[in-house]
Amino acid sequence: MSTLDDQAKESTDEAAVESTEAIQDNGTGGYIILFFILGFIASLLVGWIAFPMALYSKKEQPVAFNHALHMDEVENGCESCHFFRDDGSYSGVPKLEQCIECHEEVQGDNENEAHFVSEYVEKEREVPWLIYSKQPDCVFFSHAAHVLKAKMDCVTCHGPVGEMESLPVYEENRITGYSREVWGKNIAGLKKNSWDRMKMDDCADCHKESNNKVTSVQTEKDACFVCHK
Amino acid sequence: MEQVKDKKFGMVIDLDKCTGCGSCMVACMSENNVPFREDETDKLLSVAWMRVYKMTNRKPYPDTEVCYFPRPCMHCEGQHSGHSPCVSVCPAVATDYSTATGIVSQIYTRCFGCRYCMAACPYHARVFNWFDPVWPHGMEKSLSPDVSVRMRGVVEKCSFCYHRYQKAMEKAYVDGRKELEENEYQTSCTQACPAGAITFGDLNNTHHEVYKIAQPDHKHHGKSKNPKVFRLLERLGTNPKVYYLSSRKWVRQLGDNYRPDEIMK
Ligand code: HEC
Ligand code: HEC
Ligand code: HEC
Ligand code: HEC
Ligand code: HEC
Repeated sequence: MSTLDDQAKESTDEAAVESTEAIQDNGTGGYIILFFILGFIASLLVGWIAFPMALYSKKEQPVAFNHALHMDEVENGCESCHFFRDDGSYSGVPKLEQCIECHEEVQGDNENEAHFVSEYVEKEREVPWLIYSKQPDCVFFSHAAHVLKAKMDCVTCHGPVGEMESLPVYEENRITGYSREVWGKNIAGLKKNSWDRMKMDDCADCHKESNNKVTSVQTEKDACFVCHK
Repeated sequence: MEQVKDKKFGMVIDLDKCTGCGSCMVACMSENNVPFREDETDKLLSVAWMRVYKMTNRKPYPDTEVCYFPRPCMHCEGQHSGHSPCVSVCPAVATDYSTATGIVSQIYTRCFGCRYCMAACPYHARVFNWFDPVWPHGMEKSLSPDVSVRMRGVVEKCSFCYHRYQKAMEKAYVDGRKELEENEYQTSCTQACPAGAITFGDLNNTHHEVYKIAQPDHKHHGKSKNPKVFRLLERLGTNPKVYYLSSRKWVRQLGDNYRPDEIMK
């Protein structure tokens, strides 16, 4: 009749007896637990440290740009280089033509400047800047809505880049090609500063806090066609 | 924060003026990065957001009459806010209805291509990408960065050129305004129509031309008070935001599937 079941039960019983005996006899159970803990720690290390490190490739910006130095040189603050066009769009990272008025030729005896002038200004090549905050193609972001209408500060979303003496290292996700700024540095998803991460929910949560308007019929948040295109 | 009045963008297409030239279709495709293939003979496989249909009154010569019928997405509101056929069936939340603009969105990166929405849409306004887009050499450089491109396996449809609204709003913010002028946000097909058959605007704004022609009765799910104006398959109760104008009775009857002997309400 139910011989199969009985057999199975017997054998597990035997195994259980054997293993308890083993623990009592020579303490191999301690090793098993130790191996388990070691394996657990090892997989945590791989998952939380090794994989994220392998996932992102580090890239240097093509030109070592110094924001702090330039803020003393320009007349109009950030707007000298990052400004709004009349049609409402944002100029974003500056074009070579905005640098040329000062860097027509090398001014000081600075290596970085010499490199910039010889590689880009003299060859009339645009600098292929890496954009930390770059969002995926399907995202629509409007600086006009945040900076002009909602009067927000650049630091809220970008952190102190505008005051830095050197540009941070750019980290690119090897799988998606996205910048690390989007998904954030903290693997546990913790966020200390408002600029640590700029995922969909970071945008949507701030929107919910600031105007509390639900325009989507599918979610309790903004309609998809606010931030997407 | 000061609240801005909700919009309800809609369209009236004057079928008496439409010549069936197809400019709207061409303008739409180039505006919205709509893919095409070398061989477009099989219309079941081709992608178009705006499609012009031809209808006739089925009478023999010399009484034959023809009417061309442009069909974008109807951006249905349904019987209660946003209960459009496609939005209510999407299992992935890839399509959404905005109560601020009345526009039905499609997020291609979220869509996984089950095509449930296509089955639900009574207007065939949604199309499926059977292939990855292949642009003729060099053409990928002329794609618009304002509209995301689609890939094989997702559904797409007309967005009322929503990116033009986004752009227009940015310009308004730079000028220190919070509202748009009527002419600042117009769809590409509206502007391309050489006959001026398409009127686009806010159906909630009594000053807009589209409101004056369509005369929507918002208490009765937007049914038009203008006797010459009808909506496609109005009796299904989808509450579309695209209105059609025709002085010909057979056109209005055909637009809502009336039987020849049926009396129009
Ligand atoms: C002399 C021109 C100049 C001025 C003035 C200037 N910037 Fe920049 N900024 C640049 C350049 C060049 C980059 C490109 C580096 C890069 O790719 O991020 C940049 C990058 C940035 C970025 C990073 C954008 C990104 O996501 O990659 C931020 C944020 C920024 N600037 C903020 C500011 C702020 C805030 C100020 C005023 C305090 C300011 N900048 C003033 C030239 C300037
Ligand atoms: C208002 C004038 C002005 C403008 C505009 C300007 N710079 Fe400079 N830049 C300077 C001065 C002054 C120095 C310091 C020169 C030195 O001592 O070597 C400098 C230094 C530099 C250096 C060397 C920085 C270092 O210390 O390592 C780089 C690289 C540079 N600029 C790039 C740029 C780029 C890229 C742009 C365009 C976005 C730009 N600059 C626009 C005035 C300007
Ligand atoms: C609400 C958050 C927010 C604020 C405030 C904000 N930015 Fe940004 N910024 C972004 C996002 C998000 C992007 C990426 C946009 C994209 O990729 O479409 C971006 C992109 C940029 C870029 C790169 C654009 C490019 O592609 O060339 C620069 C430069 C920049 N911001 C500078 C500034 C400056 C300067 C200010 C302050 C005047 C500012 N931002 C304020 C969120 C913000
Ligand atoms: C720290 C707060 C904050 C963050 C983060 C933020 N936003 Fe905003 N956003 C606002 C505010 C405030 C407004 C203005 C709302 C209003 O006045 O209607 C706004 C408006 C907008 C608008 C314009 C809407 C309109 O009515 O024209 C867009 C588009 C937008 N945000 C996209 C984004 C995206 C995409 C991100 C993430 C990359 C983002 N925002 C992150 C606060 C934020
Ligand atoms: C407040 C702004 C905002 C709203 C509202 C919003 N999104 Fe997003 N969405 C983003 C941003 C920013 C990203 C990119 C960062 C990320 O991947 O989280 C994104 C990414 C995505 C992605 C992944 C795309 C990719 O290529 O990685 C999908 C899918 C998506 N959104 C779908 C939706 C859908 C569906 C809705 C409506 C229910 C919606 N989003 C509403 C801002 C928004």
